[in-house]
Amino acid sequence: MDRVSDALNPGTGGRVVRGAVLAYIGLLVLLPLVALLQRGLAGGMDALWQAISAPGARHALTLTLWSAAVMTLINALMGTAAAWVLVRYRFPGRTFLSTLVDLPFAIPTLVTGVMLVLLYGPRGLMGDWLATSGLKIAFAPPGILLALLFVTLPFVVRAVEPVLLEQDPAEEEAARTLGADAFTVFLRVLLPPLLPAILSGSVRSFARALGEFGSIVVVSGNIPYKTLTAPIYLFGEIEAGDPQAAAAVSLVLLLFAVALTYAGRALERWAGVDA
Amino acid sequence: MSIRVDHLYKRFGDFVAVDDVSLEVESGELVAFLGPSGSGKSSILRIIAGLERADSGSVFFAGQAADHLHARARGVGFVFQHYALFRHMTVAQNIAFGLRVQGKSRADQGLRVHELLDLMGLAGLGERYPRQLSGGQRQRVALARALAPQPQVLLLDEPFGAVDARVREELRHWLRRLHDEVHVTSIFVTHDQEEAFSVADKVIVINRGRVEQAASPADILDHPATEFVARFIGDANVYEGKALGGVVPIGRLEIPAAGVTDGTEVSAVLRFYDLKFWKEDQGIARVVRTMTLGDRVKVEAVIDDGPVIYSQFPRRSSLLAGIEPGCRIHIEVTLARLYPKDAGILVSTTPPPA
Repeated sequence: MDRVSDALNPGTGGRVVRGAVLAYIGLLVLLPLVALLQRGLAGGMDALWQAISAPGARHALTLTLWSAAVMTLINALMGTAAAWVLVRYRFPGRTFLSTLVDLPFAIPTLVTGVMLVLLYGPRGLMGDWLATSGLKIAFAPPGILLALLFVTLPFVVRAVEPVLLEQDPAEEEAARTLGADAFTVFLRVLLPPLLPAILSGSVRSFARALGEFGSIVVVSGNIPYKTLTAPIYLFGEIEAGDPQAAAAVSLVLLLFAVALTYAGRALERWAGVDA
Repeated sequence: MSIRVDHLYKRFGDFVAVDDVSLEVESGELVAFLGPSGSGKSSILRIIAGLERADSGSVFFAGQAADHLHARARGVGFVFQHYALFRHMTVAQNIAFGLRVQGKSRADQGLRVHELLDLMGLAGLGERYPRQLSGGQRQRVALARALAPQPQVLLLDEPFGAVDARVREELRHWLRRLHDEVHVTSIFVTHDQEEAFSVADKVIVINRGRVEQAASPADILDHPATEFVARFIGDANVYEGKALGGVVPIGRLEIPAAGVTDGTEVSAVLRFYDLKFWKEDQGIARVVRTMTLGDRVKVEAVIDDGPVIYSQFPRRSSLLAGIEPGCRIHIEVTLARLYPKDAGILVSTTPPPA
């Protein structure tokens, strides 16, 4: 660390640039954080707790957390399967499939929401069929789940893929010649090296889902106590002129996000060590 | 446990990897499958292990057909070229894997692991992870892991291909010594003839999915059964020619071919060390250059009205006296092997002329 900074430190000029960058990033990142903490904690812990446990806020937070959790479970499973198929099989359309996996990151999230409404909404492509079968997707929790799955699709796939690429299929063959059945091969040989990557991809999708706004605001219908998620609740409170309530819920989301980011980093280090 | 392979046939798409292969390995033997890459030798090994399924043909262990047996039920130890160690397990856990799968007690696993670590010269490395070991150590761990469940058969697929020359030499000694101690029926695949000849009791030469010759190293060197074996094993000059009056003329060089019908088209294989060059102004060839290869000297000459020919001599050989680029030489063929074009099978080795 010292050696690097010494080598790159050209003296006074360097110190000026360094100071400027520090100030810039401090102003950009640190100051807003201070503002949030100040406002969120202004009324003391009691006020904070009250704002969070207001029925609307509580419901929005719970909805956000559980929909993110369900999405993460599905993502861990299907993302790993997708990575497996992409790495282990050669088939026509494989490159296309790989492009599709990355597409959700390129599509503006609002557009994602619009696409889902056009497909599942009351006058959408599948609207009639959904209406007769009694299934409700758009403007209901399943819509939220689909939106979250869509926008987080690449996380697990792209985390697991490089680890799978590194894995020698001969390891599975070795296990088989040593007497292991298919289930044992999966559990003892295949899964353990993938686990850190699966977990880190899952944590990233979860963190991303906590703050997802664009796709959900279109597809969920934003019905309080039904389909109103935390980020959209925040937005509503700001619009309604209650920054106090917004700050409280924001703090909770922030806490989760920061904790998850660090958990994710730790998992990646673990994955790096084991790879 | 003896192994018998009967009329094995395997294709991948349009490529015939194994073409009607039959062979036998006796109980306790150490056998090498020797052949160029892509010759199908690894496919045969993998079929024996149950990792690959033959399109037709059978594999027998101790006389019992094993075709229906899954790889895990064959009791075969397999060593892979790139080790295939379990990266997330320690050396000890790797070695214990087969025993753990069998449900052996922790105490039994520990005993066997210790025994093998000692046998393999890996004592003290049990708690390391594979990435913390050298290539040679990793391959010994792989060998220990394969041996742990006391397999009846040990199969090694290019086991020394991924390590450098010195370690390879060391591992060869290991394998030979290990085999003399444990006596497990073993087959290893290699494209390195020196490796095959220095380690194996029996060498099976494989080319284009077929067995060319199965014999002791000495037999293969002295009596190559096919043109391929004669070309592939050892360093040799190979010429195409037509028999005429008891010889095959190649330029002004006359290769002895007593008993071969006039007009027969043959491939003549002349080993470097079956040729004698000596300086003679009225000779039939001209020396182009000499190359010193350690303790031997390789001489390159051009036959008058003919192609290039090589020979090799010990550095201090009296035959080298006066041989230098530009000088003229006479060539004596002490041993030639002729393979008629249509058959490809050896018809005549020519004893040195009296």
